[in-house]
Amino acid sequence: MNDNHTSPPSEMELKVKALESLLVEKGLVDPAALDELIDTYENRVGPKNGAKVVARAWTDPQFKAWLHEDATAAIASMGFTGRQGEHMKIVENTNVIHNLVVCTLCSCYPWTVLGLPPVWYKSAPYRARAVMAPREVLKEFGTEIGKDVEIKVWDSTSEMRYLVLPERPADTKDWSEQKLSALVSRNSMIGVEKARLPEES
Amino acid sequence: MNGGHDLGGMHGLGCINPEPEHSEKVFHHEWEQSVFGLTLASAFLRQWNLDQSRHARERQHPADYLRNSYYENWYQGLLKLLFEKELITQAELDSGKAVPAETQLTSNVLKAAAVKAAMLKGGPVNMEIKHPPLYKRGDRVHILNINPEGHTRLPRYARGKFGTVDIHHGAHVFPDSNALGIREGQHLYGVIFTSDELWGLEAKTNFKVSIDLWEPYLETA
Repeated sequence: MNDNHTSPPSEMELKVKALESLLVEKGLVDPAALDELIDTYENRVGPKNGAKVVARAWTDPQFKAWLHEDATAAIASMGFTGRQGEHMKIVENTNVIHNLVVCTLCSCYPWTVLGLPPVWYKSAPYRARAVMAPREVLKEFGTEIGKDVEIKVWDSTSEMRYLVLPERPADTKDWSEQKLSALVSRNSMIGVEKARLPEES
Repeated sequence: MNGGHDLGGMHGLGCINPEPEHSEKVFHHEWEQSVFGLTLASAFLRQWNLDQSRHARERQHPADYLRNSYYENWYQGLLKLLFEKELITQAELDSGKAVPAETQLTSNVLKAAAVKAAMLKGGPVNMEIKHPPLYKRGDRVHILNINPEGHTRLPRYARGKFGTVDIHHGAHVFPDSNALGIREGQHLYGVIFTSDELWGLEAKTNFKVSIDLWEPYLETA
């Protein structure tokens, strides 16, 4: 990683700059639109959206039922719609099942609720191993799943996008939706971790 | 295609080494931001679709695909599409000078003011089709052993295996055709496989894998 602007630009920096200049000069892209796209996914659309969905599901049984029945519509009701979230499905973790999401063929990920995927989600080792050795993969995230709990891995080969509904942590009985959402990590909505415990928030 | 992108079950790739969630940035270099923006914006020129875009990233030497970082693969894919659609030339890229030409695409160019609405709208791929689904929940299916040279979303590790239909997602655009520019709907199913079926004796623990598969990939078991 090299974010130090005093060092010479990398080969990729130069190549991409050349391509961008050319496309702008040819009028094929609008530089202001590029800034807007980057700002949208760097600063506005991210896992806080998903955390709100999960916290609402934890506190509102009717909303949770709607999520199971039509996740796309239920999530849209909170304003989270569009690109890479056109077809949503919720998969719920319980004391007998733990869900884990991967895309072995590329990097399919529910942008509307989680933003852009982290580097590890797009990495070759995660894509290779999540479908073959999920318990070992989970251990690399410090997550131990009991032997009596079934692991179910969702390989996102289509435009269906999967959001894990993690288990609500104990001792959060009177917590508000907003307070609960702080327990919902991005990783818990991919399924590589559990939701944070109250003492971790 | 049996390319370097089809990674399910590959050995020797090492540990995942995830960055801690609280400190990971969305982009790690400025050029990654640019590749991301250029890729999304260029798609609005409507010269290729999502599956053609994926296929362009896949059409690399497997060693290159695996060696490249994620956004390097996006860059390679975008460049390929721009060349193939003759939107730019290598000479222009080398010289940094655009050759003046008439373009019919100006009205397609994504403007900043249209970004928000375009992203919130997205591009649904569900379709109405005439024929009813051939399979229903609980049906045992055999996954065809196909090895097309073109784009497919049937991963190698599922081919020839037996699974159970769990969900009918409706009809979605069929990627294998869409990558050839033909938009047709096919029924899409969530099919469940046991770890034993997928990995045999190599499956260290019992688990299940759900894979989304289109009807043309399946036959009755």
